[in-house]
Amino acid sequence: MESDNTIFFHHALKFRDDICIGCSHCMNICPTEAIRVAHGKAQLHANRCVDCGECYRVCPVGAIIVEQDDFENIYKFKTRVALIPAVFTGQFPDSVSPGEILQAVLELGFTHVFEVEEGVEFLNDRFNEYFRSHNPVRPLISPFCPAIVRLIQVKFPTLTGNIILLKAPVDITALHARQALADQGADPSETGIFYVTPCAAKIVAVKSPVGEDKSVIDGVINMNYLYNKVFKILRLKKKKEENSDSTSLTGKSVCWSLTHGEADHMDQGRSLAIDEINNVIEFLEKVENDEIDGIDFLELRACDESCAGGILCPGNRFMTVDKLRKRAFRHDKIRHGQSGEPGSGETHAIGLLPEQIRLEKVQPRSIMKLDDNVAEAMIKLKRIYELNRVLPQVDCGICGSPTCKSLSEDVVQNQADIRQCIFVQKILEQNEKLDIQESVRIMQTIWSENKLDKNSLKDEINDIN
Amino acid sequence: MTAETIHIEFQVEGGNFSRAGYPSSEVKKRLKQLNVDGSVIKRTVVALYEAEVNIVAHAYRGLISVDIDEHKILIRLTDEGPGIPDIKKAMEIGYSTATPEVREMGFGAGMGLSNMNSNADRLEITSKVGQGTTVEIVNFFHK
Repeated sequence: MESDNTIFFHHALKFRDDICIGCSHCMNICPTEAIRVAHGKAQLHANRCVDCGECYRVCPVGAIIVEQDDFENIYKFKTRVALIPAVFTGQFPDSVSPGEILQAVLELGFTHVFEVEEGVEFLNDRFNEYFRSHNPVRPLISPFCPAIVRLIQVKFPTLTGNIILLKAPVDITALHARQALADQGADPSETGIFYVTPCAAKIVAVKSPVGEDKSVIDGVINMNYLYNKVFKILRLKKKKEENSDSTSLTGKSVCWSLTHGEADHMDQGRSLAIDEINNVIEFLEKVENDEIDGIDFLELRACDESCAGGILCPGNRFMTVDKLRKRAFRHDKIRHGQSGEPGSGETHAIGLLPEQIRLEKVQPRSIMKLDDNVAEAMIKLKRIYELNRVLPQVDCGICGSPTCKSLSEDVVQNQADIRQCIFVQKILEQNEKLDIQESVRIMQTIWSENKLDKNSLKDEINDIN
Repeated sequence: MTAETIHIEFQVEGGNFSRAGYPSSEVKKRLKQLNVDGSVIKRTVVALYEAEVNIVAHAYRGLISVDIDEHKILIRLTDEGPGIPDIKKAMEIGYSTATPEVREMGFGAGMGLSNMNSNADRLEITSKVGQGTTVEIVNFFHK
């Protein structure tokens, strides 16, 4: 719950009050119970939100938007680098090659394009070293998905020590790009690196990173925005002669952001890959209880089908996965065919130092605690028990909280009134402890005057009756 | 003002491994709400889970009773079962009387009691052969 010492957490998901119709779909789907309804609008509790984007998926009116940097920002820099994740190339029809897509990105105004996964082979080696040097800690958890890192911070604080403290491929490639361009003579202060993101969580990872002070990335461009721009360029082009994949990624790198992308390439022990945030929560619950034995590595992703299912990906996630797997197969075939030995024609050699890719310890920030003080928390927990004996446990959401349990927590934190429960209202009305005008007023503070305006709705409702 | 305490009880059914873990999850939720230190939560749920699985694996039925005050958590697990003839021996690492079926399910490696011991600030086991076993686990929130 938000308490007095609330710290502000940056979020890329913004709720637009002018569009929100107060339908509560987002409130009911949120896996961390970070949304309430008040005055007819969805309200976000910033310290509970992990930027998974489940709310964005279900909003029927598009009232939830994902902030992005102004595209014109790229012109503040002389050297303009686009970091393109492989899933971007999976958004386009089969007839468009990755080479053409990257070429079109250059034509939009960038001076250089790097694929995010160029850092994967390097990172995979560092992962395996990390395993050997962090022996008793198991299972180690991938830091890849920023929504999962935040989920662990707020909901599974005892597992923060299991997160591998190495940067994500996007940061490694960004560092590498900066270094490589400086070596070619580009002024680092005039080099801007822009990441094309498939989701909101990756934006937050850039804007307010966990485990590092400042991101090496200068700006973020939403994938659906870039998709539209690139698609336009590709459409205007006449079909050119056959363009190859024209990239040096290994098949493994192409698929790294898909489910099993990491888990299938850890060289020791037993690895599991789990996608979709509710599946992850169910599993971490068991890991925390020590019910799961013998797992060394966990690849956890908030979206179904991992990054192919990111909320900013315009394509169908299953088609994207299929396209990337086919692309990976082509790459490996070419690489093996040309040189006869796997691993040659290697991705650009990356020479980053260990301290450049290390993350600081991930701090827990539990949203579960009722109070910092155990004795105070105990009193509140007792009160929650009492309240839940009264509440109907139907989790209807009419009170503006997602569940009866969350209403009881809101009440003990002085953020809600128990009379917001419609069952409680009926009982109080029966006992003549609450008059109808007052209960209507309470309902209006949750759902706004409009939804309970007897004058404007009277005739229609009476007609229905 | 009298100090608040919280009491929770769980019934345990012998042989029903599919339900094992529920009391641990529930207790864990409460301890997180109480802002108990993460390492204490971890130790407590591990000890409780081991103790619960022991009932499921060996006894006919049992009762878990949990009392939390602002300083500590006390968990008492009472079962109706065969009892433990030699507690000292049972505490040894690797000692197990689990049936092959139980081992097949990934339980009964003989780590249970020693694992419980290393995750409890206080552990007391009393047992009567042919009647049952009582396990008492106490963990303190502040050292």
